[in-house]
Amino acid sequence: MAIPKKLREFDVVRDDEKCIRCEVCCRMCANDVHSYDAETDKVSADSAKCVGCHFCEDVCPTEALVIKRNKSQIKRNANWKNDALGNIIKQANTGGVVLIGMGNDRPIRDYFGHIVLNASQVTNPSIDPLREPMELKTFIGSKPDRIELVEKKSKIKNTTEIPPQLELETPVLFTAMSFGSISLNACKSLAKAACDFGTYWNTGEGGLHKDLYPYAHRCIVQVASGRFGVDREYLKKGAAIEIKIGQGAKPGIGGHLPGEKVSAEISSTRMIPEGTDALSPAPHHDIYSIEDLRQLIFALKEATDYKKPVGVKIAAVHNVAPIASGIVRAGADFVVIDGIRGGTGAAPQIIRDNVGIPIELAVAAVDQRLREEGIRHRASLIAAGGIKSSGDVVKAVALGADAVYIGTAALVALGCHLCQRCYTGKCNWGIATQDPYLTKRLNPEIGAKRAYNLLRGWSLEIKEMLGGMGINAIESLRGNKEQLRGVGLHEKELELLGIKHAGEAW
Amino acid sequence: MGDKKINKPRRIIIREEYCMGCRLCEVWCIVAHSKSKDIIKAYKGQEPRPVSGIYFEERGAISFTLQCRHCEDAPCLEACLTGAMYRDKKTGMVLHNKDKCVGCWMCIMACPYGVIKPDFKEKKVASKCDLCIEREFPACVEHCPNEAIILVNKKGERIDKE
Ligand code: SF4
Ligand code: SF4
Ligand code: SF4
Ligand code: SF4
Repeated sequence: MAIPKKLREFDVVRDDEKCIRCEVCCRMCANDVHSYDAETDKVSADSAKCVGCHFCEDVCPTEALVIKRNKSQIKRNANWKNDALGNIIKQANTGGVVLIGMGNDRPIRDYFGHIVLNASQVTNPSIDPLREPMELKTFIGSKPDRIELVEKKSKIKNTTEIPPQLELETPVLFTAMSFGSISLNACKSLAKAACDFGTYWNTGEGGLHKDLYPYAHRCIVQVASGRFGVDREYLKKGAAIEIKIGQGAKPGIGGHLPGEKVSAEISSTRMIPEGTDALSPAPHHDIYSIEDLRQLIFALKEATDYKKPVGVKIAAVHNVAPIASGIVRAGADFVVIDGIRGGTGAAPQIIRDNVGIPIELAVAAVDQRLREEGIRHRASLIAAGGIKSSGDVVKAVALGADAVYIGTAALVALGCHLCQRCYTGKCNWGIATQDPYLTKRLNPEIGAKRAYNLLRGWSLEIKEMLGGMGINAIESLRGNKEQLRGVGLHEKELELLGIKHAGEAW
Repeated sequence: MGDKKINKPRRIIIREEYCMGCRLCEVWCIVAHSKSKDIIKAYKGQEPRPVSGIYFEERGAISFTLQCRHCEDAPCLEACLTGAMYRDKKTGMVLHNKDKCVGCWMCIMACPYGVIKPDFKEKKVASKCDLCIEREFPACVEHCPNEAIILVNKKGERIDKE
């Protein structure tokens, strides 16, 4: 039979009038799409191989190239779309699980997009952030139950013991992305940007490469089910520790870095033999209950002399609120909730697209639950998974988060165009690859500058939005749901988010 | 980017760890030394296409570009019989005057970096990096997408494009 190979996703369109045959595109595409034929003096493209990363489009000096989505012209069908068809063809060819990178691309309701913010008019003054101080400083860590004051010789002394805190200049941190899933140059870019701006980055489960030691004071070190790269020094070097239970892109699923990618550098950083598969089991084999989790939290606190916050990251699933409550009771200083739109380097597509719940609902539910139980102050709440703009940051904080993690947005700042082929290791932008020919395309000096600019731009915008609401500190926005209104949301959705519909006054 | 002639010493620093091997520096060197300064015309127009002043080296994942180093003790200057190769007083750059060149190629023999390109047809020196003396900022440095080549002043401080 004639075997359908795959549905073509893109058309590489070249304006021959503009093409000067410099062959830059031929050299730069890791998917070998472009080629030059000296006989005909023509540059041609094998569009079927194109993944739509747009690298060639950006480096072509004459702007001769446009990458266009090519919806292979199958008969229009409301049920059978290209994606479904394409995956079936792939599976009929291989008999395997369809892998994918980045976050969920299905049109699962974007609640942030259905929420609008408030602004002051007449009865309360708005604040101009360019003229008046505006505080974005955020502290991540457990807050004391009460303030203890002692009076001594008519002087009042504050004797409250404050648990260890992370001090952020803006409520945005870079999320866990391991060296292995992304290149060392990508890690360096984010690490340096976090240090320069005064926020934090996260090692993911990849260990801490020695080149990243200079940025370790602003690094959250992760302890995941594979325990890669974890030793006493690693724990001591980081500013905080994060126990990774789950991830929004693949709740309930472990990780797998194939042996070919475990180079000498990765092997020494992860502390595993070179060339062996790095397998992160789905569960931590020593955690089967909240009590077990408590043991690990306190083992890590013990190992770091109770000097660093220890947090727990979970994927947003149906039972997220009671689980988060258990995590706080187990002694976590911060809880990270990763929603269904969270990114990944590789996940089975069926899991990525179908498992988990949106972060907006999860954050609102967790914040509400912790407040009801009177333990909200015991841990900070970090929202992750699908934060696309400073508007989303403000909405997440108003829904109850202390801060947000960004991953995809940070990678986009480094060049990523969301082609979702991270798992192939052929990232033309030098981000999700370990191929030295590709990784050097990401100059960490430039990357750090761009990631820093993103933090700066968002922070300025957050200040503008706060000022408009008449609020002068991000602290006053946390859980301040009166600043939010839903547009086009169902009653139940509004109830779960804890917000009113647009048109309803205070 | 005006065509202001520069009058201060400057130097191109090569950072091989960031060279991604695109060879865009060569493309823009050619454009900068063309009559039209227009990329399409330079490549597709009538004029003979200039030769870039850049040597590109690549093996596996390692690549870098090399331009004339504008040596302080330039062997090419010593070797040149006619004075076609000369030093610009203001900038200290080593430049080449095609009109005076007789094509003995002694400079090519003498250059320890091998960065002078011969022109076999005209029997002259075809090209050598002139550090874009006609431009405020060298074309290759300006267009390198990954800052693999950067410009520094006499003290070694980086000069960024305004
Ligand atoms: S990079 Fe652009 S100009 Fe150069 S060969 Fe490719 S399409 Fe043509
Ligand atoms: S895969 Fe990327 S670099 Fe290659 S042709 Fe497609 S868009 Fe261009
Ligand atoms: S433009 Fe820059 S990255 Fe490209 S080949 Fe030249 S020096 Fe290397
Ligand atoms: S041509 Fe060669 S010898 Fe002459 S200044 Fe340049 S690098 Fe030095």
